[in-house]
Amino acid sequence: MKQDHSEALEIAVYAGNILLQSGAEIFRVEETIDRITNAYGVESCNSFVLSSGIFTTAGSQREEYFAKVKHIPLSGARLDKVEAVNQLSREISRGEHTLEEARQRLEEIDAMPKKSAPARILASGVGSGCFCLLFGGNLPDCFASFWAGLLLYCYLYAIENRTLSKITSTIGGSAIATLVSVILFRLGMGVNLNQIVIGSIVPLLPGVSFTTAIRDIADGDYIAGSVRMLDAMLVSLCIVAGVMLVYTLYQRLTGGFL
Amino acid sequence: MLLQITFAFIGTIAFALLFHVPRPYYLTCGVTGALGWSCYLILAPSASPAEAAFFATALVALLSRFFAIRERCPVTIFLISGILPLVPGGGIYWTSYYLLQGETELSSAKGFETIKVAVAMVLGIVFVFELPQKLFRIFIPHLKRSK
Repeated sequence: MKQDHSEALEIAVYAGNILLQSGAEIFRVEETIDRITNAYGVESCNSFVLSSGIFTTAGSQREEYFAKVKHIPLSGARLDKVEAVNQLSREISRGEHTLEEARQRLEEIDAMPKKSAPARILASGVGSGCFCLLFGGNLPDCFASFWAGLLLYCYLYAIENRTLSKITSTIGGSAIATLVSVILFRLGMGVNLNQIVIGSIVPLLPGVSFTTAIRDIADGDYIAGSVRMLDAMLVSLCIVAGVMLVYTLYQRLTGGFL
Repeated sequence: MLLQITFAFIGTIAFALLFHVPRPYYLTCGVTGALGWSCYLILAPSASPAEAAFFATALVALLSRFFAIRERCPVTIFLISGILPLVPGGGIYWTSYYLLQGETELSSAKGFETIKVAVAMVLGIVFVFELPQKLFRIFIPHLKRSK
């Protein structure tokens, strides 16, 4: 019986871990942990979730004491995992899974493969091209933006598993996107350089941090919300830095304005 | 205009793929993004960018909540993808561009406008998420318990 309780808590924290890592909101993580522990009969569970860690304790006169602190590094958006864990937690609360099954399912979810590299690279290109039009470019601009977005994601993919800080990788990414745009523009592809660059940096925009930060702040999770908002602002600044870096170099080298 | 909406649709789906949205939801994500952008386009001539962004974001958030209940999945999936066309990437760019050209005045005007748009989006999301969950269930009566 005692074994069961600590295993249930372990599973709940594991589920929370996957959610938090994949870009879920704080309240969803807390709710999932509560839901899973309740389903397995743990009544005294308390959890405190920040954007980079989960703190859980349980214990009362009747129940065994248990505490777990888990540090969770920030990583990219994996909405498929959020969806899968959400589904699983509902099934658990309907009592459809034993503890072993639940753990097994979570391990499966945790190991879900990413989309294939060519698909993601192509998606980045298409996304850049499309957004170029939305920001006022014309069709040839979109085509240039498509290639810039494509090459940008090749770079992002190449550094995916390196331990490069977010600041460095974002500045680098935005510099590459701008550089490719400038080169294509000089080669005569597209008419509006500005729109091409805007389109090509869209894959770097901190849409996930921004949206999640707002949701967290709206739910009253101010600390997690501010951390994510800071992340969004920092990434925006890095994008700006990358663009300016290339433009400045270009102006210095050629002596002309763009 | 139709071309813009089509591109918003395709672009949103492309980014949904980058965020690893499960395949069955691509279409819904695309619709959310396209409708949000249409709303922005319709309002843009007569309203300030911040006002247009506010209403467009509110619409995206409403649609996301509605779809989340209908498809029984986390609202984040639709919200993050659908809101992407509205994120002021252009504003960030123009701010730095004018700064580089030494046009401080234009740059600060753009920068301030970008912040206003971001705040408007915050308010749009916050207002819609304050609405009670029951309101959304009215439209889909056959689903009793979901979230």
